[in-house]
Amino acid sequence: MSEQSEPTSKRTDGKAYWRATIRLTVTLLVIWFAVSYGAGILLRDTLDQFSVGGAPMGFWFAQQGAIYVFLILIVVYCIGMNRIARKHGVEG
Amino acid sequence: MDQTFWTYLFVGLSFATYVGIAIWARAGSTNDFYVAGHDVHPVVNGMATAADWMSAASFLSMAGLIAFLGYGGSVYLMGWTGGYVLLALLLAPFLREFGKFTVPDFVGDRYYSTFARIVAVVCTLFVSFTYIAGQMKGVGVAFSGFLGVPFDIGIWIGMAIVFVYATFGGMKGVTYTQVAQYCVMIFAYTVPAIFISLIITDNPIPQLGFISNAAGEDISMLEKLNTVVTDLGFAAYTETDKSMFDVFAITGALMFGTAGLPHVIVRFFTVSSAKAARVSAGWALFFIALLYTTAPAVGAFARLNFVQTVNEATYISDDEDYASRAAEIEAAGGKPVPEWYKDWEKTDLLQYEDKNGDGIMQYRGPAAPDGLENEVTPNRDIFVLANPQIAKLPGWVIGLVVAGGLAAALSTAAGLLMVISSAVSHDLCRRTLFKNMDDKTELRVARLAAAAAVFAAGLLGISADKLGFVAQVVAFAFGLAAASLFPIIFLGIFWTRMNREGAITAMLVGLVTTFSYIYYFKFGGGTPDQYFLGVSPEGIGFVVMFLSLIVGAVVSLITPPPPQDVIDLVEDIRVPGTRKPHGSAEGGIAPDALHPAE
Repeated sequence: MSEQSEPTSKRTDGKAYWRATIRLTVTLLVIWFAVSYGAGILLRDTLDQFSVGGAPMGFWFAQQGAIYVFLILIVVYCIGMNRIARKHGVEG
Repeated sequence: MDQTFWTYLFVGLSFATYVGIAIWARAGSTNDFYVAGHDVHPVVNGMATAADWMSAASFLSMAGLIAFLGYGGSVYLMGWTGGYVLLALLLAPFLREFGKFTVPDFVGDRYYSTFARIVAVVCTLFVSFTYIAGQMKGVGVAFSGFLGVPFDIGIWIGMAIVFVYATFGGMKGVTYTQVAQYCVMIFAYTVPAIFISLIITDNPIPQLGFISNAAGEDISMLEKLNTVVTDLGFAAYTETDKSMFDVFAITGALMFGTAGLPHVIVRFFTVSSAKAARVSAGWALFFIALLYTTAPAVGAFARLNFVQTVNEATYISDDEDYASRAAEIEAAGGKPVPEWYKDWEKTDLLQYEDKNGDGIMQYRGPAAPDGLENEVTPNRDIFVLANPQIAKLPGWVIGLVVAGGLAAALSTAAGLLMVISSAVSHDLCRRTLFKNMDDKTELRVARLAAAAAVFAAGLLGISADKLGFVAQVVAFAFGLAAASLFPIIFLGIFWTRMNREGAITAMLVGLVTTFSYIYYFKFGGGTPDQYFLGVSPEGIGFVVMFLSLIVGAVVSLITPPPPQDVIDLVEDIRVPGTRKPHGSAEGGIAPDALHPAE
């Protein structure tokens, strides 16, 4: 219904592109904070009641899990940014 | 000796490879020299970044450090990897879109000020020189410990190799050598780790062995480790005695420090576009994570193995014949000191003092329930170094580990040298002092600066060992990068209103506060009960970073906004492909840097 507000395919819409970028960045940084400072430090004692294999969960996040999630976050960011760039007609 | 032969062979072969790559990758222009022509493939750059990033400390000391600190070691694991998320999301793509050569370049142009540029040069040089001293010391230690070469000579040999590929190849030479160094490093790290994992947990993958049961038992490896160490009076492995806020602050200082370190940032200037910079940051973290997820496993395995084989073992002195005496002890139902222990004792990385005169090695923590005193003092570096022998691997694996340690130290040193030389030749000479210098002269000055930096770093490495302050000064590098460089680069991209006055104040506040705090507690006689909010010097950069952000923002708001040119520049670098030259500050921009990969 809002076809008019959709940018036409080839025109660069810098402002909208930047807003979408910020939204994606903030979302990913919230997760970044949650798995490292959250699960690995602040909530460690609570999470340590559960376990990942033979490791207490909070400890596991601090020494392994956070790193895996960091990697996934960057991959999601790359894919997300490509999508945003296509949508707003921004090159690469 | 057989093992020495292998060590010489691997070190010699790897050095020959580095020099060979340097000859192949000669730099023909300043663009080649500073940023490897802006055309490094994202995967290649990711690998080079990983080698650049992982230093002698990551390779040799980190696993051992974690082995001692247990959960407390997590600050390094999260801190030194989480920074790459910040780099990928907040800095790398935008700085690449900005499209120049150095970090002070960005600061000087974004804040339209020569003074800001100079302050950034000072921060860059300070951070890089403190960091490089540790690398050079690592090179000296590896040479003197394994090849029988005196410490000072070892440093000069290392410097000579770096000299060849950094001066001739510049960033281009450094990039491709770092790729080779990464391969040597990761192979040397994972091979012993796999075998240790098999011994301790029956699982060949260290990351999985870490969460598996101890070999042949019904109890998880970590649970067993907790029991074993608490029985000896140490803190439980999965716990820490540091306050939660301090752990939080140190992790923060290491994360934001990583993102603000100039030698890491500049690696993302070498790829072809903002998109490639994002992809490349992902690859860098992937290659780093291979080692960083192995390290905590190696740390835990090594700690468990150390306690099990060394504690309560019967000592065999150097005057006795090891083999026959060991057989005798075993026949009597005792446990002889392991052979690898005797081998490494010579290097002073292990010390045994028989305090109660019973000839048995008691390894105890501060709260030992049986009241016995500790008699064994291991250096943390021993864990990675002795791993191959503990796993009973052949002599050539040890040679490989030595070559890996040298690769780790040299690759990081070379990356730092490039940052130091470009800060001097580009930011200080070309952009500040001699503005009409031509490209060819600048290239010559850059080579000269690289050579001088190599020399200075060598001297620093030698004196750093004599002064013994290396471990203390690394806190400076991360603290200063987090508190002085990260805030102004971040605000420079995400807040157009940030102006020159705000940036200069923020940088100076970060620099002075962090420096004074660390100096006071490391050298000025400060005691832990005086810590601000309980934050140790390692973590203060994180706290000061917020101060610096706030001060920078407040000062910006009460002083005039930046010129329209600069606001346009910031808006351009946010959106790929819209970058245009802006204003007089851009006079010195390299023409081919303006429209990358088009």
